Amino acid sequence: MTELLKLAGASETPLNLQRTDFISDQEVRWCPGCGDYSILFQVQSVLPKLNIPRENLVFVSGIGCSSRFPYYMNTYGFHTIHGRAPTIATGIKVANPDLSVWVITGDGDGLSIGGNHFIHVMRRNLDVNVLLFNNRIYGLTKGQYSPTSEFGKKTKSSPMGSIERPINPLCMAIASEATFVARSIDVDTKHLAATIERAARHKGVSFVEIYQNCNIFNDGAYKPISDKEVRADNMLYLEHGKPMIFGKDRNKGIRLNGIKPEVVTLGENGVTADDLLVHDENAEDPTLAYLLTQMNFPEFPVPMGVFRNVFKPTFEELTAQQLEVAQARGRGSLEKLLNSGDTWVIE
Amino acid sequence: MSSTAILGNTEEKIQEVTSVTVRFAGDSGDGMQLTGTQFTNTAALLGNDISTLPDFPAEIRAPQGSLPGVSGFQVNFSSMDIRTPGDEPDVLVAMNPAALKVNLPDLHEGGILIVNENEFIKANLDKAGYTSNPLTDGSLKGYRLISIPITDLTYNALADVEMTKRNKERCKNFFALGIVFALFDRPLEPTYRWIEQKFGAKPEIAEANRRTLKAGFDYADTTEIFTTHYRVRKASLPPGKYRKITGNEAAALGFVAAAELAERPLFYGSYPITPASDILHELSRLKNFGVKSFQAEDEIAAMGAAIGAAFAGHIGLTGTSGPGVCLKSEAIGLAVMTELPVVIVNVQRGGPSTGLPTKTEQSDLLQALYGRNGECPVAVVAPSSPSDCFNMAVEAVRLAVTFMTPVFYLSDGYIANGAEPWKVPQLSELPAMKQVLRQDPTGFLPYERDEQTLSRPWAVPGTPGLEHRIGGLEKQHRTGNVSYDPANHDFMVRLRAEKIARIANVIPDLAVEGDPEGDLLILGWGGTYGAIATATEELRRQGYRVSNAHLRYLNPFPRNLGDVLKRFKRVAVAELNLGQLNLLIRGMFLVDSVSINKVAGKPFKISELIARCKALL
Repeated sequence: MTELLKLAGASETPLNLQRTDFISDQEVRWCPGCGDYSILFQVQSVLPKLNIPRENLVFVSGIGCSSRFPYYMNTYGFHTIHGRAPTIATGIKVANPDLSVWVITGDGDGLSIGGNHFIHVMRRNLDVNVLLFNNRIYGLTKGQYSPTSEFGKKTKSSPMGSIERPINPLCMAIASEATFVARSIDVDTKHLAATIERAARHKGVSFVEIYQNCNIFNDGAYKPISDKEVRADNMLYLEHGKPMIFGKDRNKGIRLNGIKPEVVTLGENGVTADDLLVHDENAEDPTLAYLLTQMNFPEFPVPMGVFRNVFKPTFEELTAQQLEVAQARGRGSLEKLLNSGDTWVIE
Repeated sequence: MSSTAILGNTEEKIQEVTSVTVRFAGDSGDGMQLTGTQFTNTAALLGNDISTLPDFPAEIRAPQGSLPGVSGFQVNFSSMDIRTPGDEPDVLVAMNPAALKVNLPDLHEGGILIVNENEFIKANLDKAGYTSNPLTDGSLKGYRLISIPITDLTYNALADVEMTKRNKERCKNFFALGIVFALFDRPLEPTYRWIEQKFGAKPEIAEANRRTLKAGFDYADTTEIFTTHYRVRKASLPPGKYRKITGNEAAALGFVAAAELAERPLFYGSYPITPASDILHELSRLKNFGVKSFQAEDEIAAMGAAIGAAFAGHIGLTGTSGPGVCLKSEAIGLAVMTELPVVIVNVQRGGPSTGLPTKTEQSDLLQALYGRNGECPVAVVAPSSPSDCFNMAVEAVRLAVTFMTPVFYLSDGYIANGAEPWKVPQLSELPAMKQVLRQDPTGFLPYERDEQTLSRPWAVPGTPGLEHRIGGLEKQHRTGNVSYDPANHDFMVRLRAEKIARIANVIPDLAVEGDPEGDLLILGWGGTYGAIATATEELRRQGYRVSNAHLRYLNPFPRNLGDVLKRFKRVAVAELNLGQLNLLIRGMFLVDSVSINKVAGKPFKISELIARCKALL
């Protein structure tokens, strides 16, 4: 249902845009081999499918490697300040709901300095697409641990190991009442493109955590799950309405044991597909979505795809509605306003 | 009380006076702000000139009867043109011992002191630190003490009303108001009308308030507690239609008016903070003007959203007080770099840090001018009175959209909460500032400059062919691309400074009140105007060669400021801080000016300014 709604800023006539239409004249300056290249390529590939003219697209970012993204997009763009991209995006979207607004952020920008705004842009359900590039390290400041770095991580600023437990971005999004929550990874380009497209088509706030490799300061952070040979065994691709099956031989699944998920093998101990958890991304109740966020490697395969996809009125719609109600009997008259209240005349 | 004539006969003496200052003081829960406001409204409707000073604690309900819990409201009403709420009250209403203790030092010798004697019991006297009862120990013999059992009389008036005792007691402020109305021969109808509006849905409360008000009035009238009643005639203000207005109300109206004039929608992002929240409340009600108000999660978000809205073609407005400006500062720098039209309202309060949230000060001037990283110039304006808050709000928006720049609007708690009569302007008197957004893609460059103003085009998302990227990294001249080139940075820093400097071409010259030359110039800015103008006027009356000039534009300064300063033997800068404007004046004009300072969380008194000036003459 949500995907039938008109996309903000989309044209009703075919525009026949190409990926290359979205490439700006600025030289891309990420390190060679950076996962950001893949994400940039996939976003530029997805945009033509949305049929949104370039002038109706705005990419807003904060600070960090990921936040250089808007410069490389031949659309409107705003490279703002550290952690505050959601606030600027809020002003833009409320001012003009007909724009397709994207927030590009990272694990430091979005979850550390910008953690507060992250919560509030989610709970307000502003119709923006938030792409969080999670490389579990501070790249632009040259390699300190980030809020998603694993406990014990040794970096320049934590030579004896980080003593902070990492935050789970998807949990935060769900706890903040986000209506669309998904995860993908830079190296699985097909899945990434599909996930970005679904996020873009969702009416309301869309949050996509993108596992992204920083080959300079945290190379191989996702290798154990993303390597082609192990990917099928170590990732669980979520599909709405389907039982949660994974593995090279498609013989493993996730079963609920009490309130805890467990990995089972199909055909062993009488386990069949009917015993497995069935994914329901549309569930109003966030419990299942939350449960999935708690499945961590290596105990579990890492879930990929759409965790949650529900429909709620958006912030900018409700803002506009209140203005409409207030103006139902006509727009205010400045003359009347200035002369309102108790007045008296001096001759 | 300044009197002009004695009228009346032996039975009922009515003395005509020109100017009276009344202060209502009580516990924070006693409704003193409301009482004062009602008295003010009636005075305004009768055509008096008025000026008010609400003075309340930061705590919502400090411990009952305690000294920190005292809330006061002072109003000066007059048949003359007045500009301040008065230095010292002629009449003090003290609803409990704590209110008496806090406010008595300000009362004129021989002034009228009305107290609620029911509250002068041992427990309350102890809380206020009295060792004996001042009503009976003779310590108040220098005043015209009128001791009335206000609480008991309120209960009596409501004896047959079905209501809890607590609710009956809450009406006692209206008994006191009735007494003061009687003293000044004022009608009750305007307050009746207000009661009807406010409590129309709760008829028993409306009735109780009406009755108490009337009972207070009748009590004062029939018991002849006042041997003399006073009358203040209409003020001879310039002809026109007037309404009473506070600075924050005027600011809200000014911003809405400016948005209409600019023909751009208004976006207000704010986070509640004393004493600026009333602007948020006012603008939130004005959705029928298309105002989009946004209560952000914090000050930073409020600023960020205002910037985003400005990028998308709205007038981006945010409002706060000093601590909030600290949080917004980084984003203000972004607005300077991206050259977007945003207005930052700072209703200044006592600082540093949380400071004195409900008290006034002018100590954020240098913060507004320089409180950011880098060479980060913004325009700064400051209203001089409650009604001037309207004018300067309009000016702030005019400068923001004309020059594509952030503009600081420095109000303060004193004028923001204070009220005075406002001559409602005709729409035709307001400045033109219609804005045309860039549409034409031919030759478009995001950082191309207007030759006159040096402003860049306002090119908003949604406009075909103008797609561009902006941000906080240094911009290449004209293209707006990221540039780390040293020569370009030097050029852009100077260009941004020059753009702000050119605002001087479109603002009025500084006016001098009094002779254009003389022995002493008192230079002020912002909310201190009323006290400075009244003090210097009095000095001139006494024969001194003193003039005053008041800055409402602080960055850039009016072009003639240097010339004005040169024409006086001495220059004194009067401000409610430790000399921030004076530092600028000395630094920029090489003038040996001196400071007249006060940092007490209170406005200047006329008398103290007169004394400080005389010491310099």
